[in-house]
Amino acid sequence: MVEAVQAREVVIKVRGLVNRFGRETIHDGLDLDVFKGEILGVVGGSGAGKSVLLRSIVGLNHPAAGHIEVLGRNTAKLSGAELVRLQQRWGVLFQNGALFSALTVAENVAVPLKEHRHMPPALIQEIAALKVALVGLPADAGAKYPAQLSGGMRKRAALARALALDPEIVFLDEPTAGLDPIAAAGFDQLILSLRDSLGLTVFMVTHDLDSLEAICDRIAVLIDRHITVGTLAEHLHNPHPWIQEYFTGPRARAAFA
Amino acid sequence: MAAAELKIEGEGDRLTLRAVGRWTGEGAARLDRRLHAIDAKTYRRVRFELGAVEALDTVGAWLLNRTGEELRHRGLEVELANVPTTLAPLIARVSATGAPPMPTRRHPSRILHFLARIGGGTIGALRFGYDLLGFFGLVTVRILRVLAQPWRLRLNATVRHLEETGLDALPIVGLISMLVGLVLAYQGVDQLRPFGAEIYMVNLVGVATLREMGILLTAIVVAGRSGSAFTAEIGTMKVNEEVDALSTLGLDPVEILVLPRLIGLLITLPLLAFFADIMSLVGGAIGGLLLIDLTLPQFLDQLSIAVTPIMFWVGIVKAPVFAFVISMVGCFEGLRVTGSAESVGRQTTKAVVESIFLVIVLDALFSILFSVLGI
Repeated sequence: MVEAVQAREVVIKVRGLVNRFGRETIHDGLDLDVFKGEILGVVGGSGAGKSVLLRSIVGLNHPAAGHIEVLGRNTAKLSGAELVRLQQRWGVLFQNGALFSALTVAENVAVPLKEHRHMPPALIQEIAALKVALVGLPADAGAKYPAQLSGGMRKRAALARALALDPEIVFLDEPTAGLDPIAAAGFDQLILSLRDSLGLTVFMVTHDLDSLEAICDRIAVLIDRHITVGTLAEHLHNPHPWIQEYFTGPRARAAFA
Repeated sequence: MAAAELKIEGEGDRLTLRAVGRWTGEGAARLDRRLHAIDAKTYRRVRFELGAVEALDTVGAWLLNRTGEELRHRGLEVELANVPTTLAPLIARVSATGAPPMPTRRHPSRILHFLARIGGGTIGALRFGYDLLGFFGLVTVRILRVLAQPWRLRLNATVRHLEETGLDALPIVGLISMLVGLVLAYQGVDQLRPFGAEIYMVNLVGVATLREMGILLTAIVVAGRSGSAFTAEIGTMKVNEEVDALSTLGLDPVEILVLPRLIGLLITLPLLAFFADIMSLVGGAIGGLLLIDLTLPQFLDQLSIAVTPIMFWVGIVKAPVFAFVISMVGCFEGLRVTGSAESVGRQTTKAVVESIFLVIVLDALFSILFSVLGI
């Protein structure tokens, strides 16, 4: 089983990542591999640098040292045009959705299509409607503005925009935070089914123990400026006190029961 | 990597559509045209041959699905053949989802739209006036309460606003006023020279500055820098639910947020207007020195003939009124912010435009009033 995993294609490769803010070191020589087609959950205490790791991989944050390869390309060494091409191969769902508030949901989804694909306007409309339907939003949601949607619907709309260009990797920053348990479970299932039908690789920062249990293939724990990756079962046997507290605490027991 | 292609082969009553290459978003425009142009009138059965598809994304899958649905709709039998197993889930997913047509916004006729906009604007303006009047009333009641119970005034906040709206505004107000004084002197000298009456440039600068320009420019600058700041500060607090937090803690938002700003500006705007008067006269004096070698004593002599204390007071008496309007509108628009950060920007823009508009309208009314009173 482990060998089979090792043999899989690596789509994100992080080596020796160092991030510092002022005098504070967030990541100290961090190594991580994300395999094609898996759902990786990233957990860690507040301030452990989960979002910083995500932002470093997608190039929104320039690390102090280290080497990041996404889909075989070193993100630090790409020219502007090459980076734009690479960016089209991943989608990012920000924590609060980051939908453009002046545009309707369908227009939000159409923004990257108009910019990066030469398609007739009618086809763009159709693809936007398809993406809105793919994430499970009702047809009338497409014509609404983000402010008119509930939190859960806004997350789905933001996911539709992240999927607009059919990316190979999606980065999700706390996708279920702030959702009620039913909406959160629905979102988990949506991610799982999209992974299976669209062949996505999912990099998901989360605090949601239910998500970890339900859909993540592997879990990366950010702790003491380093990272420990493994399946849920492997983490349960890790003696580190924080990991034990995290995965066997009262909330975890309820989630994994 | 073969580019996306569509091969159309007709045979008897069967049409075979052979998809080849990478059916993805990049080549979608051409495929879209080719698929739209399919003429299937003479056929009864359609077969999609997908064995040679190298890659498929949702765009490609959508094109297949859309074409299939259209042909089915026309009564043809449609089948997919040799679907690569890796692509089957995507095709199934897209065909199960579909792209339900989104309700398009209906555009009413232009005349109706035009009338609706006029009506909406009118109602909006009336509602704004009504709400602003209500806010004036609320603030007046709070002022009376603070007069009765002076310890309710937040002294620290008031002093902070004195500094921010007054002291910090000195450089910009001073510079603008001096330059306007200089400009008036230049224009005045130019116009008066043919009559040999250059000396009356001093009257022009003195009267215009004291009665109008000093206070008007100051009020406009303050509306732009402090009125907008009031809206943005209070609006941000509104977005963060800080205003609601004040209410739930039993603190009155008007008393805490509005009164210190109002009282601060009521004190600073007259002082700023005085400072602007002086700086504008300094500008005029510099202009006189440069243009017609007018020495400072000569300038002051002519000035004392030209202006009276009444003129100074006519200008300064407007300052508290303008201060009231600017801080009222700024705070009012701040409290009208709803929900999003976008709203903060919109209300701030509105506050500046409205307060400058009101300042100029009031200034015109003052001019009429003073002319009727013969001052």
